[in-house]
Amino acid sequence: MSTQSNTVPSSFGVPGEAAAPIPSTRIFYWLVRRELWEHRSIYIAPLAAGGIVLFGFLISLGHLQRRMRDLLAMDPMMQRGAIETHYMVAAGFLMLTSMLVGAFYSIEALHGERRDRSILFWKSLPVSDLMTVLSKAAIPIVVLQLIAFVVSLALQWIMLLLSSAVLLGNHASLAMLWTQLPIFQMSGMLLYHLLILHGLWHAPFYAWFLMVSSWAKRAPFLWAVVPPLAIGIVEKIAFNTSYFANMLWGHLGGSPDSGSQAQGGMDMAGMLGRFAPLELLTAPALWVGLALAAIFLAVAVRLRRDRGPI
Amino acid sequence: MIVIEARGVRKAFGTTIALDGVDLRVEEGRILGLIGPNGAGKTTALNAILGLTSHEGDLKVLGRDPWVERDQLMRDVCFMADVAVLPRWMRVSQALDYVAGVHPRFDRGKAESFLAKTTIKRSSKVRELSKGMVTQLHLALVMAIDVRLLVLDEPTLGLDILYRKQFYDSLLNDYYDRSRTILVTTHQVDEIQQVLTDVTFMDRGRIVFACSMEAFESRYLEVTVKPEQVEAARALKPMQERQVLGRYTYLFDGGDRTQLARLGDVRTPSIADLFVAVIGNQPGGTQTGQRGVIR
Repeated sequence: MSTQSNTVPSSFGVPGEAAAPIPSTRIFYWLVRRELWEHRSIYIAPLAAGGIVLFGFLISLGHLQRRMRDLLAMDPMMQRGAIETHYMVAAGFLMLTSMLVGAFYSIEALHGERRDRSILFWKSLPVSDLMTVLSKAAIPIVVLQLIAFVVSLALQWIMLLLSSAVLLGNHASLAMLWTQLPIFQMSGMLLYHLLILHGLWHAPFYAWFLMVSSWAKRAPFLWAVVPPLAIGIVEKIAFNTSYFANMLWGHLGGSPDSGSQAQGGMDMAGMLGRFAPLELLTAPALWVGLALAAIFLAVAVRLRRDRGPI
Repeated sequence: MIVIEARGVRKAFGTTIALDGVDLRVEEGRILGLIGPNGAGKTTALNAILGLTSHEGDLKVLGRDPWVERDQLMRDVCFMADVAVLPRWMRVSQALDYVAGVHPRFDRGKAESFLAKTTIKRSSKVRELSKGMVTQLHLALVMAIDVRLLVLDEPTLGLDILYRKQFYDSLLNDYYDRSRTILVTTHQVDEIQQVLTDVTFMDRGRIVFACSMEAFESRYLEVTVKPEQVEAARALKPMQERQVLGRYTYLFDGGDRTQLARLGDVRTPSIADLFVAVIGNQPGGTQTGQRGVIR
């Protein structure tokens, strides 16, 4: 081994020389990209769900014309509901998929890096725990919702165009399909619904999962799910009430007050009524939930600072 | 310029005391070896220096409190932990992209040219690389970051001897200059003896010995004597006596070289032998010591 230690290539700068700090937006961008590299299910699962919907829809095209004929006999409101159903089911399935992906992602996010010891590599770089946790929270709250939106949108347009092509091929009229399907309105509402309900209303759930993920030594899934379940069961047995469960369920459905009226209705009119823009945004329950989410995330940041590999 | 200044640093995990008042001062441009038996607190000390664990007492790294300002500190400090910690799902190209994305002092060209000397493919995932290659990749990333302090915790653990030698050669020839500081812990003590400028021994949460290599070489002498010289050697009060294959070896602290030369061959002892002598002499100290794994 060489004992001559001072063969210094001239290309080295003076250590400690000021290097412009990297703006936090750029660091955030790379953190989010890193999550997408690691957890490819974030975009593969919605795409696969879209593929499944499309597969079912292709089969249904076979009897599209007969269905349209049946529809002609109905009154306009019924027609509209019947035509929308496919499109709503498609969007609903994507929402469900992204909720599942988001839940599993959040439970894994801060646990996996400790389990595989890569946290030591991440922490060797000038990225704060706060930025890291925020980037991981942004995945289920924002990124997944945007992906679900883009996939749903693409899917709805493909479905609409395919239906039109089939109807045209059979010399049928497109009038009913295009007049009764409020596709632009549907898209705008879908985006709003995804970002506000699935993003903001569900934020405390994801934040809770992230906190448990940063705390649990093992089985973060159990730690995330069993305590809330236990609270609900104790309440049920002790007082024969289910306020806690209703509260969680209601929050999941975006019901400002309680879960009693939260029904997973898929029809557009119901959704429009229940998710009236202002009501959804001004409900105190939303802001209480967001405050809780902030607390859970702050705890996750503190925990990540202290926790090493497991 | 003081890079690391620790005074009375303590850390306890429950009732186990990992650091029991560590005082350490490392100046710029040194390559300090931190040597100690398992459980001596080396990794805890490094974790405190890197802001990975809380601690009591005064600790400043490049003038910052590492526990409070880890993210800012990591602009000027980098570390490699004891085993491969690069995420296994990551591609080599992604690792380069990511570090280039978040580190203001990363020189991608330098990392690429280091990787070009290896057989590592840009499209490979970390999980597909051998352990030696993962270390090469990590070293390529670290060496391309222009930091003032590099901390290496058992960087060559589990590597074969070729990779280990290459590792330290790269570090010295391509990385080290006198304005950088390197702090390294290892069990393969003999391999880094020629690399270090300073050596520090830790045992049971304390620094028990600290010395520069120049002082080490002038102060400690080792002499191997024939059996008939044993009494004469013992009369000079050696720190330690070893008997291997019928040959007696004595380790002296501050002995007179000419006097010792009359007894037999005089040479500078290995750090490993001094370590055994120092730690073994601690009251109740760890007797096993750390012999170099490959001698």
